[in-house]
Amino acid sequence: MVRYLAPLVIFLILAGFFYKGLFLNPQDVPSPLIDKPAPSFQLSNLHEVNQVVARDEMLGKVWILNVWASWCVSCRQEHPVFMQLARTGQVPIYGLNYKDKREDAIQWLVDFGNPYVASGFDSDGRVGVDFGVYGVPETYIIDKQGIIRHKHTGPVTVDAVQNEIMPLVRKLQG
Amino acid sequence: MKKLIFGLGLLCLGSVAQATEAEFTHGDPAMHARVMDVSADLRCLVCQGQSLADSNSDFAVDMRDQIRDLMETGMSDRDVLDFMMERYGEYVLYKPPLSTKTVLLWFGPILLLVIGVGTLYFNIHARKKQISEAPLSEEDHRRATELLRRGDDADSKEK
Repeated sequence: MVRYLAPLVIFLILAGFFYKGLFLNPQDVPSPLIDKPAPSFQLSNLHEVNQVVARDEMLGKVWILNVWASWCVSCRQEHPVFMQLARTGQVPIYGLNYKDKREDAIQWLVDFGNPYVASGFDSDGRVGVDFGVYGVPETYIIDKQGIIRHKHTGPVTVDAVQNEIMPLVRKLQG
Repeated sequence: MKKLIFGLGLLCLGSVAQATEAEFTHGDPAMHARVMDVSADLRCLVCQGQSLADSNSDFAVDMRDQIRDLMETGMSDRDVLDFMMERYGEYVLYKPPLSTKTVLLWFGPILLLVIGVGTLYFNIHARKKQISEAPLSEEDHRRATELLRRGDDADSKEK
């Protein structure tokens, strides 16, 4: 009996793993930075070359960091969602303009609207690397102590804002 | 035959061409070798089947530049791997460190081999037993002798 059942059992176990695997997103790499302090950065402000956008300015408030670029197609897709979120004024959104050209980035915000309180200009992508950015767009939720609480890889959807981002933001705002 | 050899030669050339790693950017060859050596152990996160050394994606090229910069500041190969692991997690390493989470990854194949060889051994052993534990009974011997005798008779008749 065992002889005939064993292959069936092995098959079912493998089938179970494969079935689960079908619904996993291999692009979703767990970030080791969750619950760790956000990497310190000081970047030139995209619009005001001589001003600085730095992590420490945001201490004391919950904020969203959105990594974007004018060359990034999915960023266009998520942009209206951030425009809408910015209009509600519930949480400040900062941009990390990743590996972009300054003129292109500014023009992009003119064309599609600017939901960001400020954008840091990360032309060589080194701050991006510190954040473990590997695909744009990526979105981080950072708490009052400057700890990264959540990372969203890929375009943010209305659904993600309602069910994932805002509930956490409200919780962190306390 | 000549054509065949020529064809095989071409095939070999193809693999040589593919084996050349991602482009040589700049800097001295020793540093380049070090960068390539370390990036061979790092996963390219946007083209996940490949290492950073194999890939020519923008991401991989940028990361190799970053690795070179880190090395130029005096970081050892180990330091660079740690730097990447802190930012991108263990997943970025092709050889993740041994931990409770990765123990199955490291020893799973050996475990499967042991189970396989064990099963094989016991099966063969059991079969051997089956064979030796079925000796011929008195009755079997008598029938065998009878059959052999009959065969002999038939043979002699034919002659």
